[in-house]
Amino acid sequence: MINLQILANGLVLGGLYACIAVGFSLVWGVLNVINILHGTFIVLGSYVAFFAYNYGGIHPFVAVILAGGVLYVAGYALQRGLINRVIVAPVLITLTLTFGLDLVLNNAMLVAFTADYRKINLTNPLGSIEIGPIFLPGDRVAAMALALLLTVLLYWLLRNTRIGRAIVAVRMDREAATLMGVEVNHVNAVTFGIGALMAGAAGALLSIVYPISPLNSSLFLGKAFVVCVLGGLGSVPGAMVGGLVLGIIESFGAFWFGPEHAVTISFALLLLLLFVRPSGLLGKKGYE
Amino acid sequence: MKNWIILAAATLLLATVALSGNNYLLRLATIMCMYAALAQSWNFIGGMAGYPSFATAAFFGLGAYASGVLQTHGVPMIAAWGLAGLVALAFAAFIGGAILHLRGHYFAIASLIIAEMLREIVNTTPDLTGGGMGLNLPILRISVGAQAQFFFIAMLLLAALTTAAAIIVQNSKLGFGLRCIQQNEDAANILGVNTYGYKTAAFVLSAVFAGIAGAIYASWVNYIEPPDVFDILLAVKPLVMVLLGGIGTVFGPAIGAVILLTFEEVVWRNFLTIHAAALGVIIILLVLFLPNGLLSLIREHLAKRGAAK
Repeated sequence: MINLQILANGLVLGGLYACIAVGFSLVWGVLNVINILHGTFIVLGSYVAFFAYNYGGIHPFVAVILAGGVLYVAGYALQRGLINRVIVAPVLITLTLTFGLDLVLNNAMLVAFTADYRKINLTNPLGSIEIGPIFLPGDRVAAMALALLLTVLLYWLLRNTRIGRAIVAVRMDREAATLMGVEVNHVNAVTFGIGALMAGAAGALLSIVYPISPLNSSLFLGKAFVVCVLGGLGSVPGAMVGGLVLGIIESFGAFWFGPEHAVTISFALLLLLLFVRPSGLLGKKGYE
Repeated sequence: MKNWIILAAATLLLATVALSGNNYLLRLATIMCMYAALAQSWNFIGGMAGYPSFATAAFFGLGAYASGVLQTHGVPMIAAWGLAGLVALAFAAFIGGAILHLRGHYFAIASLIIAEMLREIVNTTPDLTGGGMGLNLPILRISVGAQAQFFFIAMLLLAALTTAAAIIVQNSKLGFGLRCIQQNEDAANILGVNTYGYKTAAFVLSAVFAGIAGAIYASWVNYIEPPDVFDILLAVKPLVMVLLGGIGTVFGPAIGAVILLTFEEVVWRNFLTIHAAALGVIIILLVLFLPNGLLSLIREHLAKRGAAK
């Protein structure tokens, strides 16, 4: 019975992980950029939700839209203005650039919001949900459902809209897409914006689960790494599967080996997977 | 030959700093030598072979902890430093076998994760390493001034040794093979370069000196803890220094270390709360406007002057 409870906890955690990683995966897959800023974007989304709740009384689930919007604009501008200048440079250069940007943004957040941990205390929490022997906190389940909904929405957007199909085209073959009249610079910036939007939305959802502090950004970034490599790069279903798998592994790992080993287990798993199957669980070979 | 003379002259010149008796200056010089050694070590795998490694922090922390644990079990200090280098070497050979078949982003992420994993392992084995409480190292029973001089000379020798290794590698078959890998690994492979062996050699070289640097650092500060010695900045700063000084060159990394740390010291003294952002701004400007390093500016200038004549 306890196993069912652990599985349910893992799934709830995994839904949030999927949402954390999907934007990161998209940017990596389409732009070929490892976006170190992603963790900081998530924390920024949490702060938007925090301030919206404490000063505007807006529920974090509604603030998702606000956080996503703010981060989209920031991401689009950052890509268009700075990152696009070195977009064809080797990995080392783009990664170092986003690392530099992350130092600046994270430091700005530390100065503006201090390193204190903050928490949103909902005035009317949803209580707990009971399914047979399983107990789950209602707010977490709702956050996970919203996270999965957003992820599915992104999947739909990539398949069925004009800009979404342009993004997929650039992902598959940048040169061919350019020749077909896709405006690659715009698509790059939109993709980066969407990556930031998903990070912001995930941050708003996480704000009711995790404490909020600029110091958390590397934790989220680490999760995004693992999920991406687990699921395979640049695909929405990959991030979803990777997120759920990681959530389940972490919650079983924490139960079997103690919670202090959960992170070690996920990283060990990552290294192992990179060794045997670098293209991820759902990835196609040669498509990286 | 020219390189050897420059190295010897620079080392002798810097050694005179030890005589100054100014402990602040000595501390700064010790850190500079440490980062020069780290930047030089990163240059083997990152600069010469062109593999974006973020494992420097892992090797540094591993060296620090290996030496720390050995010393608490009674191994004398200098021997512990050497052994720490060997531990880093063995670890790099082992982990290199697992991740060196990856390229680009995958290699970058895998190498980044190693430090995180070692940090977690140290955190969860408090009996051996002190865990999150950190580890105290035996204190050297000599005066504070003598300690400062001793550790400065140790770091200076390490930096010189690492640079010497860089000079040897640069002029050897290994260096040639690494440059081939950096330009086009598949072609190098087809032409008969043992790419896997060469990459592993570069990775191991980048680990040994970083491990010893960590070991000396641990003895120097007497107390180490996981967030300190596995800090991701220990992996990024050397890389930025190499970019600053000139990637793949022999003296570029050391020069980059001196420039970056001088700048950092100035910012640190005057604007403590935003020093991380200042480093970030430097990185951004460097990547956007000077991707070949400061030395490239001088070289271009010389080339232009040569052309004008």
